[in-house]
Amino acid sequence: MALALMVFVLVALGFGRPRAITEGRWVFGMGVWFSLGVLSLILIAALWVGERILPHGPALEVRAHARQWAWSFSHPGAEGPVTSEGVLHIPAGRPVDVLITSTDVIHSFWVPQLGGKMDAIPGRENRLRLEAARPGTYEGLCAEFCGLEHAAMRFEVIAHDPAQWPPVSPEGPRP
Amino acid sequence: MNTPMNTPANTPLTPHDPASIPANPPQRALGLHRELDRVWRNAPGLRGQITAVSHTTLGLRFMVTAFLFFGIGGLLAMLIRAQLATPNGAFLDTALYNQIFTMHGSIMMFLFAIPMLEGLAMYLLPKMLGTRDLAFPRLSALGYWCYLLGGLILIAALLAGVAPGEGWFMYTPLSGKTYSPGINADVWLLGVTFVEISALSAAIELMVSILRLRAPGMKLTQMPLFAWYMLGTAAMMLAGFPPLILGSVLLEMERAFGWPFFDPERGGDPLLWQHLFWLFGHPEVYIIFLPAAGVLSTVIPVLCRTQIVGYGAIVAAILGMVFLSFGLWVHHMFAVGIPHLALAFFSAASMLVAVPTAVQIFAWIATLWRGRPELKLPMLYILGFFFTFVMGGLTGVMLAVVPFNWQAHDTAFVTAHLHYVLIGGFVFPMLAGVAWWMPLMSGRRRVRGLGEAAFWFILVGFHGTFFLMHLTGLMGMARRIPSYPENPEWTALNLSSSFFGFVMTIGFALFAIDLILQAGFGKRSVRNPWKAPSLDWAMALPPPNYNFASLPGPALQQAGAEAAMLALAKGEGLLPGAPRGRREILVTSVGTARPEHVAILPVNTGLPLLLALAISAFVLLMLAGLYTLAPLALIPVVTLIWIWARRAMAPLDATPIEVAPGLVLPVQPGDGGTLTRSGLVSLLFANGTFFASLLFGLAFISLVSPGPPRPLWPADRTVLLATGAVLALLAMAALGLPRALSHIETGRRAGAGLPVAFAANLLALALLLALGLGQLPDPTRHAADAVRAALVAYVGLHAAIATLFTAFALDQARRGELAPGRAGALRNAGLWQSYTLAAAAVTLAALWAQEAAS
Repeated sequence: MALALMVFVLVALGFGRPRAITEGRWVFGMGVWFSLGVLSLILIAALWVGERILPHGPALEVRAHARQWAWSFSHPGAEGPVTSEGVLHIPAGRPVDVLITSTDVIHSFWVPQLGGKMDAIPGRENRLRLEAARPGTYEGLCAEFCGLEHAAMRFEVIAHDPAQWPPVSPEGPRP
Repeated sequence: MNTPMNTPANTPLTPHDPASIPANPPQRALGLHRELDRVWRNAPGLRGQITAVSHTTLGLRFMVTAFLFFGIGGLLAMLIRAQLATPNGAFLDTALYNQIFTMHGSIMMFLFAIPMLEGLAMYLLPKMLGTRDLAFPRLSALGYWCYLLGGLILIAALLAGVAPGEGWFMYTPLSGKTYSPGINADVWLLGVTFVEISALSAAIELMVSILRLRAPGMKLTQMPLFAWYMLGTAAMMLAGFPPLILGSVLLEMERAFGWPFFDPERGGDPLLWQHLFWLFGHPEVYIIFLPAAGVLSTVIPVLCRTQIVGYGAIVAAILGMVFLSFGLWVHHMFAVGIPHLALAFFSAASMLVAVPTAVQIFAWIATLWRGRPELKLPMLYILGFFFTFVMGGLTGVMLAVVPFNWQAHDTAFVTAHLHYVLIGGFVFPMLAGVAWWMPLMSGRRRVRGLGEAAFWFILVGFHGTFFLMHLTGLMGMARRIPSYPENPEWTALNLSSSFFGFVMTIGFALFAIDLILQAGFGKRSVRNPWKAPSLDWAMALPPPNYNFASLPGPALQQAGAEAAMLALAKGEGLLPGAPRGRREILVTSVGTARPEHVAILPVNTGLPLLLALAISAFVLLMLAGLYTLAPLALIPVVTLIWIWARRAMAPLDATPIEVAPGLVLPVQPGDGGTLTRSGLVSLLFANGTFFASLLFGLAFISLVSPGPPRPLWPADRTVLLATGAVLALLAMAALGLPRALSHIETGRRAGAGLPVAFAANLLALALLLALGLGQLPDPTRHAADAVRAALVAYVGLHAAIATLFTAFALDQARRGELAPGRAGALRNAGLWQSYTLAAAAVTLAALWAQEAAS
């Protein structure tokens, strides 16, 4: 914002009387060094934030499997994996890795309130680290255009109280 | 005619130091005009429209057609906004909605932006560089017809309801046969590839014209900045379009013949498509931005009554952008599961490319500071550009930050960002450029007031529409959804966006009306109404097809448009008039523009239209699924190209021409440095990137792709012998052609080298056919088999073309047309032959490495 304002002000000031300018100061000072400085700061910040949200350490693994045009999920239960359609169950307050796959075309797993998105690509398995801070229901959707019913390809993530994990029934107690 | 042109053939060729070229004696301007006009003008009536090859006519036609497609794309955008205005839009069904947004993107990219910049460059460059036409006038016309016919195929599909609906980047496997069984995706692949012929031909043409047609003494380091921008653009097009064309060809082969390049079940990889597509798609953004920046760098200093600040730095920034933009494609794929180190690298590269942009922006602002800016209509659009593009650039930096990208990727935020960049960075500068050059193109003055009204409608409408979409995207609205019944909180924003979208449309309609009024009813404009210094204004309005009655030497280039105009019209420059009744231009050296020879350009012809029609027959047969008939359509294509080449031969009257007192230039360059040769080198450069992309595909499928293991292919002795024989035969031809050439150049007959080369090529082609049909594993079995077959087919195609090249030279030898200085066809055949040999050797090595790696 400040940068945009600065450019606007400079353009506006340009409409004054002609004045002598130093080419080097504008082209190299502003064009090269100033922009490089700003960009480096942003890049460092980005790498730092990016590093923090990368998967570090072990996490609970759940699976998300996409197909045209629905999601099926599975999470570890008391007796082996429990599968569910359209609803992903995770525990709140601890890191979860979603292993994302697809049967047919490219989809993308995205829960806006929980973090970034990751594509579901046929033939590959992608990993996305999530963490829900508190129990609740979060909306999720397919974020890569995948054909006719793309817009209807929604799902829910239910984050359970860690004390009640794993949930007893596939539906689980709605928090 | 009182021309001193009765050139004695034995005048010694003077050393051509451009600085010391004397002026020709002045003549009557009107007489010169009549003489030139008779030679250069288009034929009258409809026939003239079909046979025109003039860059002025074709440049205008490209731009008008591009604006018509812009209108169609805009109408589609209005349909999208109408659908999204309410949560439960019942206006379009989902399938139609998908087709409409796919076509909106494809039309704006391939049928508006690229042809628009090609048209502007084709129209302006010869005028700015001080010459009479582009290097290959018939190629300009061919490009136009391919563009028009390809565009019509896409529009016809839209009207018939079978337009592609897979999104404008056509991700596989969604665009594969299984999930898109109709011909919709084929329409995109074949139609867009057909249109790309025009992009490639324009790139070759602009490249060669900028490097070799500049007026004598106009050094590379002195040429107008617009030419530098277009040189960068042309280079990027030559390197950027081949990966897209390759991707389209491979995907079409998968759809038509089941070669599983992108099918994960048979070892293919959907990510290969994404790599190939964005390898084109990201440079594409800069291909679009550079010409627009070129307009800004041209217009801003003149409207500020000063010189541009930092010419050298801007040139460096252009070159930096050309290189950096090819290192960025992965940033469209941040969410596909790329290793994190690679993400950090591409994130940094994405940010680095902002530096050359910043250099240019600050150079423009410094120019504003140094001069006295005048708030004319083009300046309004330039301010619109600053306002919009800087905001788009900032959201771009936000998107380059990986964590943010994961959040905003594929939301309305991205849609908003790309419209800020494309409309801010391309459309506003282009509108400024159109307003700027309209007096040149129409020869008339603008109607007052309308243009300003259009500007404010467009500006307010644009920001109203897209600023709000940032917010909608941050609230989580994904792209490409037709309805959002469960998210009532998005309604108000969407409704406002739709409202302002229609405001913007009113603005564009006003702009179009303004142009029509100006072209039809404006008052005659004075010459050079902006008092610009560049050569594009040193001519009558609207310009005659020949641009300049005589070509400006260094003195007239530095005199400025005002002073040069009269001297040029009176024939005081070089090569005045058309006393020999031929279309003559000067060819100069690449670096310092030392005059080298006089080139004779082709006259009006219907051949480009016929060739484009023949190619469209091939495309339509492929679309109809008549794969066995389609190759038959190649027969007229080859025949027409043959006729094309025969008509391009050097004139029989090759008497050297005195272009200025004491400066006598040959019609045929002694060293073979013809324009055709430069064009062939450019084509081979593009061909080389195509080949490199194919090798990248081979490596990617063999090494990176998951999926079922590659079945072994134990290449037996027959295969080894056959490939060895192919290489030996191609090498034999590659040795034979230079031998024949040296015979010709020393005044002898071609000798055995030529027929031997022809026979060797034919035999190599036959062997490759036998190998491909009989010995290679079935290409539908596994992607590795498919890509191997594709490589062999690539070599086969080159051997076939080499056969045709040698056949053409053989035919010339039979007719006795090969003579010293007239053996261009033989020389170019040799070049093609060497490339073919190299490609075959690299292919063999790559296939061997593929087997060795398993």
